[in-house]
Amino acid sequence: MRVWKFGDNIDTDAIIPGRYLTIYDPRELASHAFEGTRDEFSKNAREGDIVVGGSNFGCGSSREHAPLALSGAGIHFIIAQSFARIFYRNAINVGLLPLICPDAGEIRDGSEISVRIREGYIEYGERRLTFEPVPEFLQNIIDAGGLVEFGRDRKEVPLCTKSQ
Amino acid sequence: MNYMGSTVTEKIFAGKCGREVTAGEVVMAEIDAAMIHDITGPLAIKKFYEMDGDMVFNPESVILLLDHQIPADSIPAAENHVYMRRFAEEQQIQNYDLREGICHQVVMEKGRALPGQIVVGADSHTCMYGAGGAFATGIGSTDMGFVLKFGALYFRVPESIKVAVSGSFAERVGAKDLILAIAKDLGADGATYKSLEFLGETIRNMEMAGRMTCCNMAIEMGAKAGIIPPDEITHEYFAKRVKNYERIHLESDEDAVYALKKDFDVTDLSPQVAVPHNVDLARDVEDVAGTHIDQVFIGSCTNGRFEDLQEAARVLGERKFSDSVRVIVIPASREEYLKSLRAGFIERFVEAGALVEAPCCGPCMGGAFGLLAPGEVSLSTSNRNFRGRQGSTEASVYLCSPATAAASAIFGEITDPREV
Repeated sequence: MRVWKFGDNIDTDAIIPGRYLTIYDPRELASHAFEGTRDEFSKNAREGDIVVGGSNFGCGSSREHAPLALSGAGIHFIIAQSFARIFYRNAINVGLLPLICPDAGEIRDGSEISVRIREGYIEYGERRLTFEPVPEFLQNIIDAGGLVEFGRDRKEVPLCTKSQ
Repeated sequence: MNYMGSTVTEKIFAGKCGREVTAGEVVMAEIDAAMIHDITGPLAIKKFYEMDGDMVFNPESVILLLDHQIPADSIPAAENHVYMRRFAEEQQIQNYDLREGICHQVVMEKGRALPGQIVVGADSHTCMYGAGGAFATGIGSTDMGFVLKFGALYFRVPESIKVAVSGSFAERVGAKDLILAIAKDLGADGATYKSLEFLGETIRNMEMAGRMTCCNMAIEMGAKAGIIPPDEITHEYFAKRVKNYERIHLESDEDAVYALKKDFDVTDLSPQVAVPHNVDLARDVEDVAGTHIDQVFIGSCTNGRFEDLQEAARVLGERKFSDSVRVIVIPASREEYLKSLRAGFIERFVEAGALVEAPCCGPCMGGAFGLLAPGEVSLSTSNRNFRGRQGSTEASVYLCSPATAAASAIFGEITDPREV
């Protein structure tokens, strides 16, 4: 799928500007994604396209509107050398999969890649770029179908006071 | 139980779990307090309902207010406010509404995040409550929906970075200059997933306002939390605000394990200015003096407290602000507003030509008001200078202290506050 390549320190203000934060519909948010910094994204991104960033992707505000905007644009995977903490959790919670790939910097804008989730690598031309596994506790949330499903299915949670 | 060799962060989690906890562990920890506001709150509430939430875990532990788009700047914002109010009423949550000020300042003032507690907020600058010795971190709306239902959340217990600060600040240099210098040194992702623990004589001598400025900006280095072990200054602050306040002792052990240790000496520190478009691009004010500015914003959760406005008023003296700049002053809360009003600062700012707005996030929110046109330049005491943060993506934002902001507002260009 087509790669939309971004640099280091892509902040959530760039992904979705503050003036659109009263919007919660992913598709409507997507129409303003990267507004003013990369306008062609909202016009041309297609279902299944992949966002690739450098280090510290998603830094700044905790606004979940940012991963929602990317999700609304049809993105399923974000690949980066590293992610900002809140964005990483938010992405998983809204059904986007953030993949930490040390070689993400080598992937070129506009190139075609495919993500082999089960095999644990990204197919990029002749190359296979590996990504880090998602931490187990977050994988459990992904396996449940997201945090909403994880939370909906239970009345209480295993507190650290009671377990281990 | 013996917690030897632990950081304050590990001790707080250990206290919650009733056993020793070390960095790297993932724990489902109980939450002492959770904060939602008008931007991220509505989505958190929707997620709470989607998770079949019925009653929040404890209404008294939820802090609910409106601060980003107040008074409502649009019909959708007004609708969000109505939604938040209905939720507060339905769940019997005390609603500070738009009366009290910026969420983080209000949480501190009302004593809703205390030493040793774990507090989450649906806002990245929640890390500010570490100034009072709490472990506090920003989370997204879905995580917050989960917290509202269960009163708990998964945490990966973070490693800590020890930031030891020594020396006394020169006149008109302070906490904001220090934290911008630390951000420059560590970088925008230098503390990602970590807890930044601020220690040393400079921090111990710092009043709560400066401590809040430092912890507030821990997120600008990617940190999960900023924390200052509670001391007499912390206890005095809360004892005045909280009934039956308990003074707890909490500090890292001498043999605690840190991911990194950094020393800073502020003796020769110049006022710092972060240039566009990243927070870690701090420069000595001497290097950017003379830069043209169109708007000056003194306020925000980072620098909108009484002490900040006092510093700005002192620099201003009897002068006027330049007619070539728009000066916007916004106290961080009603309490800070009233103190500043009674001290005469507000009158002085208005006389000098500033617009003084009621407590709210203001231009730092990048949507409500005070937006920049393409090509315009803002000098701001807030926390982020990302491209587009305060309006047009073709505008520029510089970050600085209240002293530098006031000095620059007098001359219409970035000015060294030590020289006015």
